[in-house]
Amino acid sequence: MKFALTPRNLVTAALLIGLALLPLYVALTGDRFMLTLFTRIVILAMAAVSLNLILGYSGMMSFGHAAYLGLGGYTTAILSFEGVHSGFIQWPAAIAVSALFALAVGALSLRTRGVYFIMITLAFAQMAYYLASGMARYGGDDGLSLESRSTFAGLIDLSDKTTFYYLCLLLLFASIMLVWRLTNSRFGMVLQGVRSNETRMSAIGYPTFRYKLTGFVIAGTLCGLSGALIANHTDFVSPSMMFWTRSGDLIVMVVLGGMGTLFGPVFGALALLFLEQFLPALISTAVEPFNPAGAAKAGEYWQLVLGPLLLFVVLFARGGIDGMLRALSRRGADAERARHD
Amino acid sequence: MQKTFLAASAALLLAAGPVVSPAWAQQKSVKIGFVSTFSGPVASIGNDMRNAFELALDHMGRKMGGLPVEMIYEDDTLKPEVGKQKAEKLVESDKVDFVSGFIWSNVVYASYKPIVDAKTFLIIANAGETRLAGQNCSPFIFSTSWTNDQNPIAVADYMNQKGVKSVYLIGPNYAAGKENLAGFKSAFKGKVLGEDYTTWPSQLDFSAELAKAKASKADAVYMFYPGAAGVQFLNQYAQAGLKGSIPLYTTFSIDSLSLPRQKDAALGVISALQWSADLPNDANKKFVDDFKKKFGSEPSFYAAQSYDAAMLIGSAVTAVKGNLGDKAAVQKALEKADFKSVRGDFKFGSNHYPTQSFYMQEVVKTGDSYTQKTIATAEKNVPNPHAKQCSMK
Amino acid sequence: MTLFIEQCLNGLQFGLLLFLLAAGLTLVFGIMDLVNLAHGSLYMLGAYFAATFAAWTGSFVIGAVLAIIATLLVGMALEVIAMRRLYGRDHLDHVLGTFGLILFFDEAVRLIWGPGGLSLPVPAWLNRSIEILPGVQYSAYRFAIIIVTLAVAAFLYILVMRTRVGMLIRAGASNREMVGALGVNINLLYTLVFGLGAALAGLAGMIQAPILTVQIGMGENILILAFVITVIGGIGSIRGAFVAALLVGFIDTLGRAFFPQILVELLGRQAGSTAAPALSSMLIYILMAVILIVKPQGLFSANSR
Repeated sequence: MKFALTPRNLVTAALLIGLALLPLYVALTGDRFMLTLFTRIVILAMAAVSLNLILGYSGMMSFGHAAYLGLGGYTTAILSFEGVHSGFIQWPAAIAVSALFALAVGALSLRTRGVYFIMITLAFAQMAYYLASGMARYGGDDGLSLESRSTFAGLIDLSDKTTFYYLCLLLLFASIMLVWRLTNSRFGMVLQGVRSNETRMSAIGYPTFRYKLTGFVIAGTLCGLSGALIANHTDFVSPSMMFWTRSGDLIVMVVLGGMGTLFGPVFGALALLFLEQFLPALISTAVEPFNPAGAAKAGEYWQLVLGPLLLFVVLFARGGIDGMLRALSRRGADAERARHD
Repeated sequence: MQKTFLAASAALLLAAGPVVSPAWAQQKSVKIGFVSTFSGPVASIGNDMRNAFELALDHMGRKMGGLPVEMIYEDDTLKPEVGKQKAEKLVESDKVDFVSGFIWSNVVYASYKPIVDAKTFLIIANAGETRLAGQNCSPFIFSTSWTNDQNPIAVADYMNQKGVKSVYLIGPNYAAGKENLAGFKSAFKGKVLGEDYTTWPSQLDFSAELAKAKASKADAVYMFYPGAAGVQFLNQYAQAGLKGSIPLYTTFSIDSLSLPRQKDAALGVISALQWSADLPNDANKKFVDDFKKKFGSEPSFYAAQSYDAAMLIGSAVTAVKGNLGDKAAVQKALEKADFKSVRGDFKFGSNHYPTQSFYMQEVVKTGDSYTQKTIATAEKNVPNPHAKQCSMK
Repeated sequence: MTLFIEQCLNGLQFGLLLFLLAAGLTLVFGIMDLVNLAHGSLYMLGAYFAATFAAWTGSFVIGAVLAIIATLLVGMALEVIAMRRLYGRDHLDHVLGTFGLILFFDEAVRLIWGPGGLSLPVPAWLNRSIEILPGVQYSAYRFAIIIVTLAVAAFLYILVMRTRVGMLIRAGASNREMVGALGVNINLLYTLVFGLGAALAGLAGMIQAPILTVQIGMGENILILAFVITVIGGIGSIRGAFVAALLVGFIDTLGRAFFPQILVELLGRQAGSTAAPALSSMLIYILMAVILIVKPQGLFSANSR
């Protein structure tokens, strides 16, 4: 496949370059909050990328993915609370805990299907949520603050915002690479085969349960790592990061961006958090000419727009942002071909 | 292609230009960020605080030390992580000079670090997280309220005097709830027959807990439920048949916002506060009268503390003549607390928490209206108990 | 002993209330195969309507009746405008689309009623305690809830088991295509069923309003419980929803009532009493996971019968 200058590829390239150059913009403008915001976007994009592996590529509708975000975060925060500050211990521990949890949840839930699978993954996430709020030593419902960020024996300093941003971006790219390699391997082909027809795949002789479980554990593990990142980013973990609406947010990111596409989750995370941050201002500006007095107030009701927007995406734009870009590209290609004919 | 790129980067730089504010620029205004809860069932508390803060600004002519005041209100939606994001936005994007507000202990505890790290002054107007007064105290943190355990200690002392022998405790399972009940237990001399912590803020049905309190046959029940939960608790207390058979004591659960909805259910309930609307001093009279005139309602203690927070900031900005770059001078000026507080004399202890008196209040009915009447002075000029753990001396 | 009886009544009351929510959910789930997260929003709307109408009319009962009718109408309109387009899509679309509706309803309520929430006072004649058994005092309002919800459950049972509409509903839950093939006006049936589910959710919200506050997002916690009940009971089964609702109601209340003591014994006073509320909430999810692992289709599955 050769890289063509389609709108889809251009936008994707622009996104990647933009993300890479963001600290430059921040240095020029001094708007350090943009860096904070984008670090959050990049980390949540990574969580969405991990969910996309099971949701998008193999149709496993997990409604408890935020649990891994919380487990990774809590493992990091608890170790830090107990005096273990080294990231060389914290992060592998976060990965191991979420991998084990994913293994247990996957082994039990993958026996069910359809809506029962949705509900049982949700149930396990709620258990993790309540477990965290029951740990009095670690703050219970109030959550736990990190006294200091993970240390890496002086190799990198995570309290430097730019360094931390680039580390997160690097890990995001690495997870996209991983998903790309996986989905193009035999393993990935089987997973995608399961999505379209599981009975056929097992009839051919593939042990589909084992394939699905492996995919489930990889996704959980990756999400656990992004949990360790988010704990370092906010210096704070709380049970609410595992609440079911958070799992809903992750699903929204994946679907909004485009399920089963490599960069879709990144688009989705970017779009959702950007809307969250700037839709209020956008609505205010739009209302201003008609009702200057109510403009600021109108912006507060941004979810009134976001809600139906989601429904619209579900009903009419199944491919999400990536799908739209692809449709654009295809139209461009058709026009090109028509001209040559 | 190259031309467009150049044009684009030029446009970018132009757009970015005005944002880069030179460090030597004169202070043009005083920017204050105010984090509170403006949505959900406790939005009335946040609004009351905002109203009082605005009233204080009006009383100061909306200027501090000759500079106009710019307010930025942010809603924490009662969630610690949201409060933290809002605090970050205030110090990093809006670059405020002061952050004030904060109703909830768990929210302020999650949010204080980015504020203090940015060397911005945090003036807490309510949340009484004890760690911020003790081990995590900071030159940049001030409070115009109390710590969570102070008022319950006053109530417990009062109950000791009254000869209450046993008590059942009910409170919310979050930072302030735990610290509040712990404070009560530290001072109560009788027997604690049982204690229940409920999920906060989602659990509003107290049937299981009230049944246990009733079965314990305790002399009294002590509870702590701020905001709307306090209304539900008192109503359910009456519905379960406990009202009239077991006396109820509380802190922070009855105020001028909730009392119109609690009505008869609150009659006779006793609590302790450092301020009340009937405190006889000029500043308080002016505050209460003007508040009623402007907003048509009685001010709550949340309002009183926010009013003091605004006045405190005003006094400091005036003292340094608007030169907010000199952090050490601002800190000194804040420590002096040179303003007329609605609670009378106002003095900070070494940990930047007030040294103050506490009054016992009982809900009484006069005509058709319900008010909290001061019935006793529980403690006179007590310093904050956590100053010992604070490294600032 | 009186304590135990009282706690059981509390559990019964909570369970029956959950049943109202879960019944509507399981009907919509079983018949239209629709996962409706916005069911909690209808519960919220019921509470808001009740508080508003009761304040307008000055009567609790009239307000309650109007609120149920209003929620029924909103539910039917919602079905015609949005839900109908989701049938036949996969569950992911349902989750996402109705998740969007939650955001929409939350904000719409904020726009109409403001962010502060409302309160619906208990009518004076129910705002007291009565002696239901010798020596057992119980809240009159909660007792009224038990009576009303039991009556509604009986009504549902008769509706589903003894009427023609009920026959279609049962047939629809076990074999949808067949009902369509029989020449029944499927669109109308679906609208009615959805409306019925909405009205039940509205009733639950209205009943709960005087005990809890009427506030934005009040449906989000209880919605998940209702889903858990639906799944434990078996999707589409009213009987299953009833059994599961009582089970969850009892576990939640008795857990809150007696679990803390057990934990205090095990963990010591401080850790035990703060861990208790969280861990007793966890019991329900553990129950659900165990049931699904043993019976992946729930206790009384309508489809597998």
